[in-house]
Amino acid sequence: MSLISARNLTHRYVSRSLLGGTRQRTAVSDISLEIGQGETVALLGRSGCGKSTLARLLCGLETPTAGEVLFEGRSLRSLTARERQGMRRAVQMVFQDSPEATNPRLTVGRIIAEPLRHLAPLTGAERRDRVATLLAQVELPVAMADARPGQLSGGQLQRVCIARALAPSPRLLILDEAVSNLDLHLQAVTLDLIARIREATGIACLFVTHDLRLVERFAARVLVMAEGRLVEEAASGRLSALAHPASRALREAILPPYPRSISGIPA
Amino acid sequence: MTRTLHIANLSVSTGGREPTQILSGLDVTVASGRVLALVGASGSGKSTACAAALGIAAGNLNVSGQVYLDGTPVAPASLRGRRVASILQNPRSGFNPLRSMRDHLRETMVALEKDWDEAAAREVLEDVGLEDPARILDLHAFEMSGGMLQRMAIAIALLSRAEFLFADEPTTDLDLVVQARILDLLAEMRDRRGLGLLLITHDMGVVARLADEVAVLDAGRLVEQGPVGQIFHAPRHPVTRMLISAHLALYGLELSA
Repeated sequence: MSLISARNLTHRYVSRSLLGGTRQRTAVSDISLEIGQGETVALLGRSGCGKSTLARLLCGLETPTAGEVLFEGRSLRSLTARERQGMRRAVQMVFQDSPEATNPRLTVGRIIAEPLRHLAPLTGAERRDRVATLLAQVELPVAMADARPGQLSGGQLQRVCIARALAPSPRLLILDEAVSNLDLHLQAVTLDLIARIREATGIACLFVTHDLRLVERFAARVLVMAEGRLVEEAASGRLSALAHPASRALREAILPPYPRSISGIPA
Repeated sequence: MTRTLHIANLSVSTGGREPTQILSGLDVTVASGRVLALVGASGSGKSTACAAALGIAAGNLNVSGQVYLDGTPVAPASLRGRRVASILQNPRSGFNPLRSMRDHLRETMVALEKDWDEAAAREVLEDVGLEDPARILDLHAFEMSGGMLQRMAIAIALLSRAEFLFADEPTTDLDLVVQARILDLLAEMRDRRGLGLLLITHDMGVVARLADEVAVLDAGRLVEQGPVGQIFHAPRHPVTRMLISAHLALYGLELSA
């Protein structure tokens, strides 16, 4: 059975203005997909194609206009309050902008413990132990629990956000452009870290990204979105077979690994 | 004639009792019709160098060094907007949300003590690939995408007739397809208009696409400099090798020993 699946998901945003009346925009239209236990999937698309909206629908942050999301085969609409809490533990999200996603007044320890306070019945001492374990898991010093977001670098703070997402022992981690704000070296380091965590825990991952370069290395399967629709799917070893115009545009936009100029190369 | 902008021995440190050195004796030359990429990890001093060379470093910093235009010493502030135009990451923050694009272009012309010239304004918009200039001139920033705004920023730079452009992470916030088009546009401006470009970026893919020369900064020091081919195929300094390896790993490639 798949871990999470979507059936004919459609989502519209309505904007109302004082004078102009209402306007509807369809962000996601008629999308069906499945993510299995422990699977790594990349969701690829340009800015504004609806990929973040789809991610938010999958983790229950938004309710679709039409269609349904199923968690372990059961529609989110039909879950009891208790089952819904179980689903919230099981599906966690990491966002692009880590300074925006953390409260600057709280300590790192408190930030990481936040989901545990709501989703897990632990005592204060147990929570502190869990925070220490999580910091170790994202390869940060345990003493950092007392620091505040402003004292951390962008890469360190994104690790804190990953630790927070891992806190309730989720089974699916949704990474919405989670490394896009980091410099390239840190992107690679962070993705390697996530790969190690995946190997250790068997957790499933959905990478939402516009960068095709990251896909091959970190996902087994890629879904391409354009204008709210899922337009193509491929195994990540077969990216060159992607043929839809939207996929081709993304592939052709990939920057070259080497410069065209060969000046200055020793003979 | 090749024009040169030589940033010589540029150092920046924080004030106070225990000053920290942010930039130590940077020495680079930007030439017309060429792209010099200044690369390094976050916090290596790239943006500070760019700001200090134009005399806009924060007031609490100590700046020393000299900038030469075609060999003649010049005051950094006199370069800004006249000799050297700038474009930045996140173009939206550079536009006044209450003003139309026409107002922004007019402001540039006023600053250069020129009269408003609608035909010239339309021409630069066409030059940067903004179609239907008459409509664009009436738009406000919130009605435009990030890619359109970055084109607009480049149009303003062209309108100023500056010979040099400092571009600080110009495509970092844009999606990959838009990024590719903006890089094509900058390459075209270099080749056709002879624009001299100082390109600040952390993405070695951007460097591979656009740069002629590369200067590598680490903790405020220039650790390696050379033609782009040499930097990619035969990097010497450990920091350069780390940057190139991390970049090539994204393509499943390895740095040859």
